[in-house]
Parts: sequence; structure tokens; C-alpha cells
Amino acid sequence: MSRVFSKPQKGVIFWKQLFNEFENLGIASLGIVAFISVFMGAVVAIQTAYNIDSPLIPMSMVGFTVRQSVILEFSPTVISLILAGKVGSRIASEIGTMRITEQIDALEIMGVNSANYLIFPKIAASMLINPILIIFSMWLGILGGWVAMVASNLVTTHDFINGLRVDFEGFTIFYSLIKTIVFAFIISSVSGFFGYETHGGALEVGQSSTQAVVISSILIILFNLVLTQLLLT
Amino acid sequence: MIEAKNIDKFFGDHHVLKNISCSFEKGKSNLIIGQSGSGKTVLMKCLVGLHEVDEGAVLYNERNFSEMNFEQRKAIRQEIGMLFQGGALFDSMNVEQNVMFPLNMFTSKSPEEKRDRVNFVLKRVNLENVNSLMPSELSGGMRKRVAIARAISMNPSYLFCDEPNSGLDPQTAGVIDLLIQEITLEYEITTIVNTHDMNSVLSIGDTVAFIYKGELWWKGNKHDILQSENKELNDFVFGTELTSRLKK
Repeated sequence: MSRVFSKPQKGVIFWKQLFNEFENLGIASLGIVAFISVFMGAVVAIQTAYNIDSPLIPMSMVGFTVRQSVILEFSPTVISLILAGKVGSRIASEIGTMRITEQIDALEIMGVNSANYLIFPKIAASMLINPILIIFSMWLGILGGWVAMVASNLVTTHDFINGLRVDFEGFTIFYSLIKTIVFAFIISSVSGFFGYETHGGALEVGQSSTQAVVISSILIILFNLVLTQLLLT
Repeated sequence: MIEAKNIDKFFGDHHVLKNISCSFEKGKSNLIIGQSGSGKTVLMKCLVGLHEVDEGAVLYNERNFSEMNFEQRKAIRQEIGMLFQGGALFDSMNVEQNVMFPLNMFTSKSPEEKRDRVNFVLKRVNLENVNSLMPSELSGGMRKRVAIARAISMNPSYLFCDEPNSGLDPQTAGVIDLLIQEITLEYEITTIVNTHDMNSVLSIGDTVAFIYKGELWWKGNKHDILQSENKELNDFVFGTELTSRLKK
């Protein structure tokens, strides 16, 4: 752990690695994040609209519910779980393959701190890029909800936007981003650890990758509860 | 010169290296030979610090490598080049980036100087116009030569080669052997080659250490091998029909 978080040996190379990881871990995930977010927001909106039976409940509740669901839970937690699968397996299998093909040994022989060189840029990049992905996801989730309502004529744009504005607290965004940063750390560090500790062959790389996803997902769910308890109560 | 002094290495209860003492001389190709599982790869990994020795010491020109921490070892490691069995080229980098990697990491040379050095070492290993190729686009022999180029890019004092001929046809294996020998003589490097290829032993073995069941069983050179009466060595070296004819 101390080797991962030590000072990078060469700043220029660290920054280059960091920007590479922004692309590999962040920009490469935009498509899946966008797809899931739009459909998630749409489904939340449709389910809420169909469940409002009482004329005493205004249809603006749909906008309110979509906003709360997407910002508080769906974007930070569900998207982080998706990223644990996509990014986590990528990190673990990439580093694991480097281990079994002696590329990590080659780094060590040269005098490179391989743990720092390989894992630290991934952790830093995830913690910086994931909040941006999650904000993007929130925006698309709400957009998906609005499109679904307008397309199905269940709620007017006016009602939906009114609902979005009801009792909005900026702290909910802050809470979501705190969760996102913690989840990003979990995904990248757990996956990096399992990849780095791989020994054997292709089978073990697969096992490391699976373990990384499973352990990251379990930790995300546990920390979701802990952080919610700490920040919202 | 590299010296191994009374090295013992255990993996759990398994005693892999048993009190091994030997020296590897400067400007010579020092070969470590032995059957698969005899402990020669573990010995090489102990020499370069990828495995820690349980007892004994590894000395680089009388500097005790075994007692150094990561930072102290870093200085010596920059004098080491290593050729791994599979090449261990970085998959995400092309040939030029692979060879340039140690230069980027540990020197403050200008990009032009680094490119010149890369082209020089690639030419030295008889590779030209391959700078932009990815490792996956190279043949086995080319991968080995790129790995040698990367290993010598920093002008190392010590060169370690782990089974440099594995997976290569006899002709290409001969080219790699010759290249290792030429580089060793040209730059006066202390070269240690881990092999069980008898062609290598008989062509470049300036000194040969035979490891048998974790012990240093025999030491000599390529000429001594032909006269040796050591049973285990003869069983290993002249175990095939072709080599037994050579012995006769």
C-alpha cells in the first residue's frame, strides 16, 4: 500500500499515465453510462407516473421522484456498480496479464516502483473522472425521465420541471459525489490489488478479474450504507 | 563481478536452493544450466532481487545487494538489463516506446538523444524500421531482440538472460546466442544466461554452473563439459542421442 501511494518517480510520466487513464477508464465508459442512465431515468419516471392514482398527488411528483432517485442512488451507486464490472475487470485483467507475462518483473528489474507506476494513476484518474461521469449520468437520467414523460403524454414538461425544482437541496449532489469518490477509490484500488497479486496463468487472471468485481461490488454496497448513515442522518 | 555467497532459499518447507556459492565474471557469458525444476530460475531471481534470499548474500562488485532497501537497490538496478523468457515487452507500447522506456524513466536526455540511442541499440540487434510496430506484430526472435535492445539501452554493467532461446528455431536461437556473446564482449558486461539449450552451452559458455536438485553440482566451462566424468552432468548434457554421439 505504501509503495502504491509513494511519490511518482517521474512527474512527466505520471501525468502522461494519468491522462491515458482518463481516456481508458473514463471516456471509454461514456457510452455505457449514457445508455444506462437514460433508460434508468425513463423507467423511474414511467413507474412513478403509473403508480400515482390519487388526484391529490400532483403529477409534478414524477419529476421530483426522478430527481431524488437518480441523484441520491441510481447514478452514484448503480453506475458505480456498473463501473466496478467494466473498469474493475479491465484493471485487474490488465495488471494481472502484466504480472503473468513478467512485465511487472521487468519494471522491478529496471528499478521502477511497479505498484506506484501501474496502480496509482488508475486510482487518481478514477477518483477524478468518476464524479464527472456521475454528473453526466444524473443529467442524462433526468433527461431520460423527461423524454419518457413527454413521449407518453403522462406528464407535461411544465409539471415535470416543477417537480424537479421542489425542495431541491444542493447537499444531495455533494453527498452523491462523496459516495462516487469513495466508490471510485474502492473499484480502482481493489482491482489493482487483485491484478497485482495474480500468480499463475490465464485461469488465474480470470479469477482475479472476477474477484475484483465481486469484492468491489460488495464493498460499494457496504460503504453505500455507511456513507448514507453518516451523511444523511 | 557478481558473487552468490552461501545462498539458501525456501518456499514453505521446500528447500529450493541449498548453500549455493559461485561467482559470475565480468566480460564473460556465465551460464547456469540444469533440469526444469532444479532451481536455476529461482537462483537468477535471487540474484536480481525478484526473490529474497533466506540465507547468504548476493554481491555486486562487493556491494551487498541482499541487505539493500528498495531505494538503494534502485541504483544497482539501473546497471542491470534483463532479457525475460517471453521478452516481457510492454503490450501497450510500440517497439520504440519499449526500448525508450528506461531512458524516459531514468535519464534527462532530450527526445532526439533518446531516439538516437533507441535507433542505435535497435541497429545493434539487427533490427531496423520496426520502431512503430507493436509487440504483437513481432515474431518470437524479433521480440527477443527488442528485449535485448531494451536491456542494453541504459548501457548496463550486468545482463541477465532467462532462457533466451526458448520457443525459437535452432537458427534464430544461434543468432540470439551470438548476439548475447558479442554484446558481452563489446561492452564488457557481466552476463548471466539461464538455459538448458546445449547448443548455447557449447557455443557461448565461458563459465558454466550446473545446478542439480538445488545444489551447485558442477562448475567449469564449455570445454570442460566434454571431458567431465560427473554422472549427473553427463546425464543432463548428453541425454539425447545427438549429444551422446558428440561426447563419444
